[in-house]
Amino acid sequence: MSEHTASNPKKDAISYAVTLTVLLVLTFITVGASYLDFGSGNVVIALVIATIKASLVGLIFMHLLHEKPIDGLVLVAGFLLLSLFLGFCFIDIDSRGDLQPANVKAPVLVPAKPAAPAAKHQ
Amino acid sequence: MSTAVVHDHESGHESHLQHHFADSEQQAETSKLGMWLFLATEILLFGGLFVGFGISQIKYPEAFLAAHEHLQKPLGFLNTVVLLISSWTMVMGVWSARNNKQKALQMFLLLTIACALIFLGVKYFEYSHKFEDGLLPGRFYTHSPMSDHQFVFFSFYFMMTGLHGFHILGGIGVLTWIYLRARRGEFSSAYYTPVDLVGLYWHLVDMIWIYLFPLLYLIK
Amino acid sequence: MANAVAYEQKHSPNYLNATRGIWSWMTTVDHKRIGVMYLVSVLTAFLAGGIFALLIRIEHLTPKRTIMGAETYNQMFTLHGAIMVFLFIIPSVPAALGNFVMPLMLGAKDVAFPRLNLMSYYLWVCGACLALGAIVTGGVDTGWTFYTPYSTTTTGSVTWMTMGAFVLGFSSIFTGLNFIATVHKLRAPGMGWFQMPLFVWGIYATAIIQVLATPVLGITLLLLVMERAFKIGIFDPAIGGDPVLFQHFFWFYSHPAVYIMILPGMAIISEVIPTFSRKTIFGYRMIAFSSIAIALIGFLVWGHHMFVSGQSELATTIFSALTFLVAIPSAIKVFNWVATMYKGNISLEAPMLYAISFLLLFAIGGLTGIYLGALSTDVHLHDTYFVVAHFHYVMMGGTVIAFIAGLHYWWPKITGHMYSETWARWGCALVFIGFNMTFFTQFILGSRGMPRRYYNYLDQFQPLHAFSSYGSFILGGGLFLTAIYLLASLRGPMNAPVNPWGGTTLEWQTQSPPIEHNFEGQPHATTPYDYREVVETHV
Repeated sequence: MSEHTASNPKKDAISYAVTLTVLLVLTFITVGASYLDFGSGNVVIALVIATIKASLVGLIFMHLLHEKPIDGLVLVAGFLLLSLFLGFCFIDIDSRGDLQPANVKAPVLVPAKPAAPAAKHQ
Repeated sequence: MSTAVVHDHESGHESHLQHHFADSEQQAETSKLGMWLFLATEILLFGGLFVGFGISQIKYPEAFLAAHEHLQKPLGFLNTVVLLISSWTMVMGVWSARNNKQKALQMFLLLTIACALIFLGVKYFEYSHKFEDGLLPGRFYTHSPMSDHQFVFFSFYFMMTGLHGFHILGGIGVLTWIYLRARRGEFSSAYYTPVDLVGLYWHLVDMIWIYLFPLLYLIK
Repeated sequence: MANAVAYEQKHSPNYLNATRGIWSWMTTVDHKRIGVMYLVSVLTAFLAGGIFALLIRIEHLTPKRTIMGAETYNQMFTLHGAIMVFLFIIPSVPAALGNFVMPLMLGAKDVAFPRLNLMSYYLWVCGACLALGAIVTGGVDTGWTFYTPYSTTTTGSVTWMTMGAFVLGFSSIFTGLNFIATVHKLRAPGMGWFQMPLFVWGIYATAIIQVLATPVLGITLLLLVMERAFKIGIFDPAIGGDPVLFQHFFWFYSHPAVYIMILPGMAIISEVIPTFSRKTIFGYRMIAFSSIAIALIGFLVWGHHMFVSGQSELATTIFSALTFLVAIPSAIKVFNWVATMYKGNISLEAPMLYAISFLLLFAIGGLTGIYLGALSTDVHLHDTYFVVAHFHYVMMGGTVIAFIAGLHYWWPKITGHMYSETWARWGCALVFIGFNMTFFTQFILGSRGMPRRYYNYLDQFQPLHAFSSYGSFILGGGLFLTAIYLLASLRGPMNAPVNPWGGTTLEWQTQSPPIEHNFEGQPHATTPYDYREVVETHV
């Protein structure tokens, strides 16, 4: 099986309990932080804390610290690819309309004729 | 590290060795790699929903802000705590199997299942509260005009928590199966791979919620 | 083809006769049997997709209506594309040939997860049934790309078809998962990563893409169905969604998917060319690394399908630059294959004829991809027949030709029979001529402005369309001929030698067809592509 059969069961159990405690504390922190206003920093804080929690679950609970590196590589590859996907989509959405053709003219504002009352629709 | 097939008093172990593997260590490591690969696919499956959610939020920031106020933060917090505890009970289950503690293994598996059921129960409360308020996915949304785009938030809320809940259900099923096998004495320090693999799956379900919770409930 | 290798006993037990009865096949976990079931299944799908193709080409003999109406035509090209992409080409080499050959090449007794392998096959069958359901419940006319908002608002069996593709996606994922674990864990003693045959490297790189990209297709299709059923507001612009976002989601999988299609084809070529040149492969490590590079860079270029979609200019520029990058490892491989042939002792049996065809046709297909990757030319060529010709050159002239090469190469090993070399050469000639007639013409059509997926066309395009259609009939004839002589070979004696071609990889050291457990005892790694002994013992 894994190398764990040679390691100390007591040590393992303690490390799991400590990890749980840290995870719960981090959860408190992230909820607390959400009540404060850091502007756009809120997203960053929340994601950073979430990543720390996820790393703890991965490294300790899922034993990545002790397993062969390929297992951790597989997990990281998944997250990496995901961030690539998000990143490129974001670049697209964020930069739409940035570039205008050289011969574009500004829209001409013409006041509309007073219209007959139109039916309201959602 | 012994590479020979272990002949211990639980002779049922040998029958678990499949013919195309040289020894049980190779089989266990291969199974684990297989499970990690499956977890990577789950990350990308859910990841698509995260990307959709993220892009939609960029498009409609005020709508998403207003919409998420309807979510009950305390219940989300409770569920997060419950799931984290279930991750601990799960890893303690694997620990028990690894250290030949049969009774403890069964107890921790049952506790994990109990936590999962609590999670689903809380979700049920959350969902029914939303249904009452007309906060439903897509074209069933009646809480506010569609033109304010708040319904998009709830589309994602239900899809993401729904898919996650579906995975919790699957997890309960698999955990129950493992519990029944544990009761039959199938696992020991010599062979506990299925417990290990189910554990990995369960931790991933927890990991996904670790990201879901702040993004849906907490982000301003 | 005389050779000094001993013939095996005709009636010795092998994987085909080890157990009997249809139930033994339906419940098999033997990778060889699963490979054979896949082979029969994907070739049936190829037949169905091919029939749709011929119907399209018949329709295009004349500008206006020839044999069908416009609505039917839209369904024809949709079903042709969906069947060919999802039911045939993606599983073809990995699941049919890879399943059979790869464990043998590794010296293994089976893949890592044999039962999962069987489940992959049954998922394929489920997906095929769902696709069939789509056809009989009204058909789909969205194009195989299911672009929104048409796909989210049209009537038609979009949900059936997308659910079929969803299930097929999981079939592909589990196959890839299985193969990665197999390559990591089940290599024979002494076979390090750089003693593996290049076929395995190619299948491994493919498996990486299958595992990482396909789940995104899954969620994309799920979101599409949700948008159709519940109007969730992600892709449909009428309710505030973004149709370009759908394209991002769709192509994030579907571009790497084309590398799922070509990498296994290249993997076959890396085996056939050194064997039939009696010469060690040139640049083993470069080819191995290029396979991985193609897989990884392939994830970064999906936006090149979206240059005129409304994507931002910044994104298009980035994607265009990355697209040029992905051409490099492919080119490295082509140069290495040619260098392998140089001063080799070349023999032109059918696998080699197809491999040489691959080099030419894939080169054309790949180079025309560069035209499409450049922004300024793509603006004119996008959605024209130029694109259609490009991807048929790489997918058919590339992957399908390589698949046929591999089929001939491993036919003796899989079936224990030798096919007729004479008929095979005629078949190759017809396929090659028919293919180029059909598709080279389409480069010209496209660059002159003929749009794709159009039912009607301007009269000036008619001669070229007709020429292309006649080519497709010759191509179809060549493929039909190939099917006939291959099936006919099964009636002859089961006397294929252990190693008819003088290959040096491990599958050529076990009998044809192999015994159920592949090898007697545990084989040890050989040096692949070492032909010195082979040259001495073969004429």
